[in-house]
Amino acid sequence: MQPILSCRDVKVSFNGFQALQGVDLAVYPQEVRFLIGPNGAGKTTLLDVICGKTKASGGEVVYRETENIRKLQEHEIVRLGITRKFQAPSVFTNLTVLENLELSLKQKRSLWAVMRAKLTKEDEEKMDAMLHRIGLTEQRHQPAGILAHGQKQWLEIGMQLMQEPEILLLDEPIAGMSETERYKTGELIHGISKTCAILIVEHDMEFVRNFSKQVTVMHEGRVLCEGTMAEIQQNEQVAEVYLGRRDSAC
Amino acid sequence: MDKKKLGYWLFFIALFLGPLYLTEFRLALLGKFLCFALVALGICLIWGYTGILSLGHGVYFGLGAYCTAMYLKLEAAGGTLPDFMEWSGVTALPAFWQPFSNPVFALSASLLIPALLAAMLGFLTFKNRIKGVYFSLISQAVVVVFVTLFVAKQDWTGGTNGLTNFTTFLGFSLASPLVQIVLYLMTVLILGASFTLAAALTKSRAGRVLSAVRDGENRVRFLGFNPTSYKVFVYSLSAALAGLAGTLFVLQVGLISPAMMGIIPSIEMVLWVAVGGRYSLIGAVLGAIVVNSAKSFFSESYPDIWSIFLGLLFIIVVMFLPNGIVGAVNSWNEKRVKSKRKGGTADAADSVVS
Repeated sequence: MQPILSCRDVKVSFNGFQALQGVDLAVYPQEVRFLIGPNGAGKTTLLDVICGKTKASGGEVVYRETENIRKLQEHEIVRLGITRKFQAPSVFTNLTVLENLELSLKQKRSLWAVMRAKLTKEDEEKMDAMLHRIGLTEQRHQPAGILAHGQKQWLEIGMQLMQEPEILLLDEPIAGMSETERYKTGELIHGISKTCAILIVEHDMEFVRNFSKQVTVMHEGRVLCEGTMAEIQQNEQVAEVYLGRRDSAC
Repeated sequence: MDKKKLGYWLFFIALFLGPLYLTEFRLALLGKFLCFALVALGICLIWGYTGILSLGHGVYFGLGAYCTAMYLKLEAAGGTLPDFMEWSGVTALPAFWQPFSNPVFALSASLLIPALLAAMLGFLTFKNRIKGVYFSLISQAVVVVFVTLFVAKQDWTGGTNGLTNFTTFLGFSLASPLVQIVLYLMTVLILGASFTLAAALTKSRAGRVLSAVRDGENRVRFLGFNPTSYKVFVYSLSAALAGLAGTLFVLQVGLISPAMMGIIPSIEMVLWVAVGGRYSLIGAVLGAIVVNSAKSFFSESYPDIWSIFLGLLFIIVVMFLPNGIVGAVNSWNEKRVKSKRKGGTADAADSVVS
């Protein structure tokens, strides 16, 4: 199978500090790939490079084997089908839940098209289905700013899904969530993987264990190893840099 | 909602009937304030709805006014050189003045030149992701550049005195009260039309993108929108409204000078919107009218210390009404509705939501 996204020798430096020192990573369609690693390993930076927020100083990010997206702007990358959810919930607090979803619809995003855009029956059905899926049907007319933390995270995941992405980048989606919220989010992610590839940065090892198939471990700006959770737990190098501290960390 | 619409209609009808109940002097003042309200409308779109603070709208107002004033000046000169040029020793009309003898050109230029200048400036700043206070400072710098230029090129612009001594507009005498009433009514109609247009824009999906840009520009990028084009558009639109206001202003007041487009007027324009309520279009319109009425009331009644009263008004608004007059009325209304519902069942709270 062809990877849908490949990072080849991606390098990033911030004022001389090498945050990524040549990362190679391939993500396959409809795969849930977890990125783990100690703080400062470069996991979030890698997501930033893929979505265009940070520009790589070397290497290439190839989408669908053909298109190098390293130099594209954020909105151009999104239009190709790669969406990003940030760690802190960032919904539009003054718009209602429904309006947040409306802006996230897959649509023509040029000024002229958006000025004349009207909600079609199909759009409304899509939004209703999404509200149901993320469990916010009752809150549809509330401003997003007054939602609870977990609800905001779900709304934001819903906003990413409305765009019908090919690849979804999630940065610590369950941080700050309660036990039941975590479980619900895991189920949501599991459901999403039927339609698109997901690349998740996560610190919570139990969550990774429950929902991962493939895990990539990063350390000091490089990929250390890849494999199933069981495999990497056996890896001595990983144990040394990361899991060795598991007793205290998790 | 319908009550609100009815209120807007009543307000504009009351303005339209102004000539019936106002003296010539008061009508002229109100006409001037309505031009300012048009500027405020544009500032509300860019500042209130999109979150970009421009401290340079005086320039767009001034450019619009100068474009029309150039036509008026040429019409008054009737084929000869405008008076101030003769005084400065200019012998032939500068080439860039010549097309302004055509009223259609002059009036379109008064809209398009501000819009294009804003589009250009906006494109360069927004594309390079210059925002917040840095953008505000750049917009101030633009004011300084233009005012300095207009004062320095006295032989082309009339210098500090600006352009004045007009006689006719399209052949109609500007001194005639009837012509002034027609100009006033046109101003009301244009303000009403612009208001309707702006309201439609804010209610459209594009309007929601604008407020999304205000609340989280980066998030908007990650939904696939390019905020640059939205910001350039709204900046350019608000500059065009200011230019249009400049045209209507110069026709009614009969004077435009660099002092009217400088830093202080530019900041005052933002204050009108702040006083009225930056998140509300009608607030901006009311703000411009209220502040300017207060200004002329205080200056008539207390010629020595009027500016202190005005300062006090601004302080009160900033300290106690952070969302302006309309914001205060709205939150007072909400409180009243809530206390009315107090003691009701839990369902009552739900129905507020749905």
